[in-house]
Amino acid sequence: MSTSIEQLSCQELVELVTDYLEGALPDRERDSFEHHIDRCAGCHEYFRQMRETIELTGSLTVADVGPQAEAALLAAFRDWKNR
Amino acid sequence: MIAALRARDERVFAELMRMYNASLLRVALIYVATRAVAEDVVQETWIGVLNGIDRFEGRSSLKTWIFRILTNIAKTRGQREGRTVPFSALERPDAVPEAAVDPDRFLPPDHERWPGHWASKPEPWPEERLLAAETRAVVERAIDQLPPAQRAVISLRDIEGWSSEEARNALGISETNQRVLLHRARSKVRQALEDYLVEAR
Repeated sequence: MSTSIEQLSCQELVELVTDYLEGALPDRERDSFEHHIDRCAGCHEYFRQMRETIELTGSLTVADVGPQAEAALLAAFRDWKNR
Repeated sequence: MIAALRARDERVFAELMRMYNASLLRVALIYVATRAVAEDVVQETWIGVLNGIDRFEGRSSLKTWIFRILTNIAKTRGQREGRTVPFSALERPDAVPEAAVDPDRFLPPDHERWPGHWASKPEPWPEERLLAAETRAVVERAIDQLPPAQRAVISLRDIEGWSSEEARNALGISETNQRVLLHRARSKVRQALEDYLVEAR
C-alpha cells in the first residue's frame, strides 16, 4: 500500500492545519494529515510552529480603548440613565 | 446582565465595555478607514445598546446582538465615507488565493520524486526566545499588519479565545470563510515569527 505521505504533499498539508485544528476535516483527510505529520520532519515542525504561534497569540493582552473613550461612554450612560 | 443593564446598573455597563471594546474596535476597522472613526462607531454602538436594551428580546446572545449593532453602524459609516464595504474580504476570501507558505519553499509540482514536498524545511525555533517580550511584540506587529478582516478574526479567536461560532456570528460570515480568514492570519503570524526567530539567530 502506498503511504499517505505520497497522497498529501507538504504544500497541501500546510493549507489544512487550521481545518485540522478546528476539527473540520473529514475522517479520511484527518487520518492522512496525522499520518503525514508523524512521518515528515518538516511538516511535524511546521505543525508545531503553528500551535506555538496560536499559543503566543493567546498570550497577548487585549488592547484598551483608552480611559478617555471610557469616560465619555460612562457620561453617555449617565445621561441615558437619567432620561 | 441584561436585567442589570435594564436596571441602569453602571458597573455592569462599565464591565461590558471593558470586555468588548477592543474587539468592537477591531471589527469596526473592517469597515471604516481610520481608528478615530472606528472609535466613534464603538461609541455609537454603546449608545445603540443602551437605547435598545429595553427592546432586546434575547433571541441571540447579548454579545451577538451588540456586535450586530456595531456592524450595522460601521457599514453605514463606511459607505458614507465612500469606502466600498469589503464584501470580498469577508464573504468571498477564496476569491483571491493566498498561500500559507511561499510556494518557492516547496519542490515544483513536476518534480519526479517529491512534488510539493519541502525544499526548504522549517527550522526549529529556539525555545528560550519564544517567551521573550520581543517575540510577543513581533506577533503584535504581524497582527497589526494583517488585512482588517483577517485581523478581526484572529483577534476574536486567538487573542480573546472566542469560539468559532461566536466569531462567525459577530462578523456575520460563514463557518468556512471564518476558517479561511483565520488560517491566513495564523499562517502570516507564523511566517513573521520564523523570519524573526530564524534569521536573527
